[in-house]
Amino acid sequence: MSHALHAEWTKLRTLAATGWLLLGTVALTVALSTVVTLAINYTSGGPSQDITKLSLAGIYIGQAIVAILAVLSISGEYSTGMIRVTLTAIPRRASMLAAKAATLTALVAVAAALGVLGSVLAGRLILPAHGFTAAHGYPVLSLAHDLTLRAAGGSVLYLALIALLSLGVATAVRDAAVAIGIVLGLLYLFPILATLATDPSLRRHLQQIAPMTAGLAIQDTTHLQHLPIAPWAGLGVLAAWAATSLSAGGLVLRLRDA
Amino acid sequence: MTATTTPYRSDIPVGRDGLVQLLGAEWTKFRTVRGWVITAITSALLIVLFAYLGTFRHQNSVCAGPTGPGVSCQGAAAQPRVPVGPGGEAVTDSYYFVHRTLQGNGSITAYAGSLGGRIQTGNGNAVSTTDVIGAPGPVQPWAKAGLILTASTRPGSAYGAVMLTGAHGVRMQYDYTHDTAGSHAAAPTSPRWLRLTRSGTTLTGSESADGVHWTQIGAAHLASLPVSVQAGLFVTSPQTAPAPQFASGSAGSGGSATGLTATFDHLSLQGQWQGGAWKSKDVGADSEMPTLSSVGYHLAGGAFTLTGSGDIAPAVGLPAAFTDQPSLTGVFVGLIVLIVLGAMFITAEYRRGLILTTLTASPRRGRMLAAKTIIIAAVTFLAGAAAAAVAIPLGAHLLRANGNYVYPTSTLTELRVILGTGALLALTAVLALAVGTALRRSASAVTAVIMLIVLPYILAIASALPTEASNWLLRITPAAAFAVQQTLPQYHQVNYVYTPSAGFYPLAPGLGLAVLLAYTLAALLIARHLLRTRDA
Repeated sequence: MSHALHAEWTKLRTLAATGWLLLGTVALTVALSTVVTLAINYTSGGPSQDITKLSLAGIYIGQAIVAILAVLSISGEYSTGMIRVTLTAIPRRASMLAAKAATLTALVAVAAALGVLGSVLAGRLILPAHGFTAAHGYPVLSLAHDLTLRAAGGSVLYLALIALLSLGVATAVRDAAVAIGIVLGLLYLFPILATLATDPSLRRHLQQIAPMTAGLAIQDTTHLQHLPIAPWAGLGVLAAWAATSLSAGGLVLRLRDA
Repeated sequence: MTATTTPYRSDIPVGRDGLVQLLGAEWTKFRTVRGWVITAITSALLIVLFAYLGTFRHQNSVCAGPTGPGVSCQGAAAQPRVPVGPGGEAVTDSYYFVHRTLQGNGSITAYAGSLGGRIQTGNGNAVSTTDVIGAPGPVQPWAKAGLILTASTRPGSAYGAVMLTGAHGVRMQYDYTHDTAGSHAAAPTSPRWLRLTRSGTTLTGSESADGVHWTQIGAAHLASLPVSVQAGLFVTSPQTAPAPQFASGSAGSGGSATGLTATFDHLSLQGQWQGGAWKSKDVGADSEMPTLSSVGYHLAGGAFTLTGSGDIAPAVGLPAAFTDQPSLTGVFVGLIVLIVLGAMFITAEYRRGLILTTLTASPRRGRMLAAKTIIIAAVTFLAGAAAAAVAIPLGAHLLRANGNYVYPTSTLTELRVILGTGALLALTAVLALAVGTALRRSASAVTAVIMLIVLPYILAIASALPTEASNWLLRITPAAAFAVQQTLPQYHQVNYVYTPSAGFYPLAPGLGLAVLLAYTLAALLIARHLLRTRDA
């Protein structure tokens, strides 16, 4: 297994795209979070804002880059034929997939942590200037605060789970374009369907099973009793999606010729 | 002894990389990849299928009242009765009216003022439209008191009116959608002389500060006005703007009912007015909009005091009422499928090495890209337009079958939405083709296009961003093109939460589509440049 890990690490490390995509994850996450925090202003008497969640809005875009990285890590092998070399070297296909998942998760977690820290820092610096001060009932964002820590740490876990979900889908369908279409469809379509659904209970159910909406419940720090799903339960839903997709990918990998 | 051999001459005609031949080549490539044809058909089927999901709804919640859920509310009989104005749009026509019959030409003049507001007490969500008295409250910005001349007292009739408003000065309005501003009074409740004159089918509204010097506000030509019309004094006051909430087309019913009291004196009439006594009527008392029940009038010393509740305006934000948007939920699903198709139409060639053959056969690279663009645009436009043409009536039927109201739209608007949906999908697929040509990698191309068009839409409608930020996203990103699906216009004379999540876009339909077109053209130009300057 350690050989498999080493092999996967070498492959992932030596691809030029990996560095760029990881950098893109960090940069785009921080950039979108910054733009969103710049766009919001405190209005007295207005609805109370969840500034922690808004400061972490960059995850919406960061997850797409994570998905590309995860999809390419296996689809790239199929398109170049590298997969045959890989499977000759590591005939235990489950080990290969597990090693891929482990190296990918580690890399994504590092990039995600940097992106999340950058976003929280941006929120901490920008929000007080936009009227979100302690006097208005918005303490400065700080990871020492339990709920903020849960939101920030949960966002890192969220991105890691998105990588696993994408890896599973890409292993099952092989083609990069189709895999990324399926992953981004799963992530982005559910929230749109939930918003457009005219039936309130259907809307709530959609929000409860959607990988993105449920998973991002971990970022909520206010109105917790009105959430369609509790924060950790929501992350659990995403974990279930990731586990299902990895199992399906693993099964297809085992049953089909490469 | 040497045999003479004729050199080989291909019988393919010269000029084989003309656009027509290239179109044929690209069409053959598309047609013969079974997965692509299936994908295009699937995208259309998904759009239709998701019309079911978008419009799925237990019955109209208004029905789940004392009558018991699901018993009396099935079928078209349970539809809310919403009047339709002369222009074919759904209207609210509910006001207190003190009137006489005017035969032929004539005019009515009055001195109107002393506006006082009333507002419904208690929770705005639990409106029982009949038992609401209301307590003194602020005058609503679009509360109206003035003179009206209408074809009949049936809601939805053609009319013209001059009025004082709560916060928008003196206005002349006619046929629900038309609104002309007069002078803006210093204080909202400062009195004003108003005059409404009928001459044939033309109505003229005038105002005056002193009753001597008159200024014309505007004129209306009401073609269908009968000879005998009802004219007199009216007062009405619309519901408060509801709190914003996430839902499409249905957002925010649940404002509070309000009322307005106004005084009119120095009433003078010219022309043939029939009958000596003034009649009164609470027009449109069974309106779907919440209204107060404490309406009426009294006459003392030549001064009329009227209290009314409701609105004379286009209907916006009716409870359990929907536009075409829920029926088009599947467009987003179809969009993602077609983005994948558009990107693969070129990236598959790079992956398989077919691009080398393609460029050998047609060395003019720009023309090859043009041929691909035309083929993918035609296929996706047809798939999108055909699917929308089925999904819209299907969704409307499903909503009506469950006792919901669907806003009426003109055939022209329906056609715009259907063709616009086709254009939206075609432009997005071409954008994916262009980005795919530039990036050559399908995963990056698909992600880039989805991030450009779907992500801004999600951030605008389904995140906690403030409305102003959402509106900017829907102005400057390709997601602006979704404006082509909006069927209910935004009316400045109706106070409502016109947010993207309620289905109101900041740009006009054509302009929104033009934003996407600009992105697509820019991407095509970049793709053409890269294609010509890079080795394949």
